[in-house]
Amino acid sequence: MKMNGARMVCEALIAEGVKTVFGYPGGAIMNVYDELYKQDKFEHILNRHEQASVHAADGYARATGKVGVAMVTSGPGFTNAVTGLATAYMDSIPLVVISGQVPLSLIGTDGFQEIDAVGISRPCTKHNYLVKDIKELPRILKEAFHIAKTGRPGPVLIDIPKDITAEIGEFKYPATVNIPSYKPTTKGNNRQIDKAIDAILKSKKPLLYIGGGVILSNASNLVKKLARISGIPAVETLMARGVMGHNNPLLQGMLGMHGNYSSNMAMSETDLIIALGARFDDRVTGKLNEFAKYADIIHIDIDPANISKLVNVNYPIVGDISTVLEKIIDRIENKIDSNKYSKWREVLNRYNEIHPLTYQDSDDILKPQWIVERVGEILGEKAIITSDVGQHQMWTAQFYPFDRPRQWINSGGLGTMGYGFPSALGAKKGVPEKIVVNFTGDGSILMNVQELVTASEYNIPVINIILNNHFLGMVRQWQSFFYENRFSETDLSYQPNFKALAEACGGIGYDVTTKEEFDNALEDAIKKNKVAFINVTIDRFENVLPMVPAGGALYNMILSENKESEND
Amino acid sequence: MTNVRRVISILVENESSVLSRVSGLFAGRGYNIETLTVAPIPNSNHSRMTIVTKGNKRVIEQITKQLHKLIPVYKVIEHDKMVEKEMVLAKFPIDENLADIQALCQAYNGGIANVARDIIIGMITDEPCRVKHFLEATERYNPIEIVRSGVVAIER
Repeated sequence: MKMNGARMVCEALIAEGVKTVFGYPGGAIMNVYDELYKQDKFEHILNRHEQASVHAADGYARATGKVGVAMVTSGPGFTNAVTGLATAYMDSIPLVVISGQVPLSLIGTDGFQEIDAVGISRPCTKHNYLVKDIKELPRILKEAFHIAKTGRPGPVLIDIPKDITAEIGEFKYPATVNIPSYKPTTKGNNRQIDKAIDAILKSKKPLLYIGGGVILSNASNLVKKLARISGIPAVETLMARGVMGHNNPLLQGMLGMHGNYSSNMAMSETDLIIALGARFDDRVTGKLNEFAKYADIIHIDIDPANISKLVNVNYPIVGDISTVLEKIIDRIENKIDSNKYSKWREVLNRYNEIHPLTYQDSDDILKPQWIVERVGEILGEKAIITSDVGQHQMWTAQFYPFDRPRQWINSGGLGTMGYGFPSALGAKKGVPEKIVVNFTGDGSILMNVQELVTASEYNIPVINIILNNHFLGMVRQWQSFFYENRFSETDLSYQPNFKALAEACGGIGYDVTTKEEFDNALEDAIKKNKVAFINVTIDRFENVLPMVPAGGALYNMILSENKESEND
Repeated sequence: MTNVRRVISILVENESSVLSRVSGLFAGRGYNIETLTVAPIPNSNHSRMTIVTKGNKRVIEQITKQLHKLIPVYKVIEHDKMVEKEMVLAKFPIDENLADIQALCQAYNGGIANVARDIIIGMITDEPCRVKHFLEATERYNPIEIVRSGVVAIER
């Protein structure tokens, strides 16, 4: 069928089953917006900043497991989207982002709103395309979705010059993709799997090290099954919260810089790490040559480049976690005795009793951890939780009772302030039946605060809980610990009236200083079903603990305000 | 871990942005490029790049894995047993000893490529360590300009 390039874009989105597109129009993408106007198969959400559009598509993708789609114009439209692309890239989130570009004849002339989008986005996309011929457009659209969601997922950019979207060409959406140079390994090498199983059977203190790849591979149930039949304890990374479920007796908690004592000690004492879709990030390992000194490592990952990148791996298995775990469970089920590791589990439980994850509650001033726990008690499994980046993010990861994968959405790899609110909008569009709560800080929330307008216009009732300490809290904490309390540019005492700000944009606001006020505000916000800011004044100097100082060994944690662990 | 020199050949889709994908990966991840040559492979849609790099074992392993991840990359060959050649063009003043220069170039699989009014251009093709010797030997003939092609290699 003959049609212009803009229509091809819309037809491809429809063929891919896209229901929601987030974006912002502009000169170079206008042809596509004109075709978008004429169709009713998918909805378009007009965010108030292109960065928010990409984060919203990203939140949609994380909450649903589908490919998120965003659309922006050339030049500044695209450069605003870069942070969104980089955020998705670092956390391996499948996105297709379509950007307008100046006409082919103007490329390279420093035309109005021209920027080298494929050049800029090369290091922060899984792949990108500049469309130079209308004949290539259907294939590129098909390939982009395929590349985004297969193998190790990631964002794909399609940069389309304005004359290509205007040009008429033949459209036949390809049924299949054939990229000879792109064939991700998914099955896992059988010999390697057998060797790994032998290692598991021989180990005395094995540990499941669960990363975000388990969620991307939809392998949570298989991981839980492996843990159950084997009795092997588990730790989760920041990206994997929710995989095991907070009530699971085998789950030690989150490990890493702000992990709990028993998780970090488990990692330090295990004799066999079974790494599942985790990438040994520096925030997880601490000082590398002190990391898991007594352990052999099995590493299952779809990306071979993740294996032995930082830590030498004894049993590498390249493959999709679900596929590989099915094989492992099948072969190990009748060979393993879940009582075998009871002593090891007791050791870890004992660690948890000595140094549980805790905080000092107060009647005088609200503690952020209490707020997170309280939301957990009230909403629990019913909510999807997003967060921005900083102290509030860590408190949420530590204290919220996550029960399932895709319940917890945050920018782990890039650590993008301003991610929480727009990603919450995307999550709510994707899973409207859930209540969506964004835990944020008084620093982060201002970085995409314009989304109040988007949320009001489209009635996307996201509840933002601002844990307000009038500080850029995490940086302030480092200044307290490592810079002798020189609070260089971290005092945020000058700030807007958050309640009035929310109301000025059509939302609803609450100022909260007591537990009772918080309960009332949350209840009211849920009932009113509008976008909300709950501005909670918290203890200004509350720290995120435990903490492994950057570059320190994982077993040397600052456990409480005056106490360091004595494991040197 | 000690640094080693490695020759890596990359078979890629012959498209406009592929060189920048490869060189950008090296720059972005802090890998070395000592030489890089690229040309289309006859009768195909592919090009072949030959990169000489230096790094420890872990870095070299990461380089090959990261190159594999690039979508237009078909094949990455980390050479072990190979024939490796580099070409050099060297420009000398015409008043130097032409017979000497010619003999020198011939000793390194080359000869005189061009003679003009004021200059003479010698050409050689040889293994990298011999190229180094050739460059040392040319010094006494006051070379005006030296151009090296970078290495090409083929597995044997």
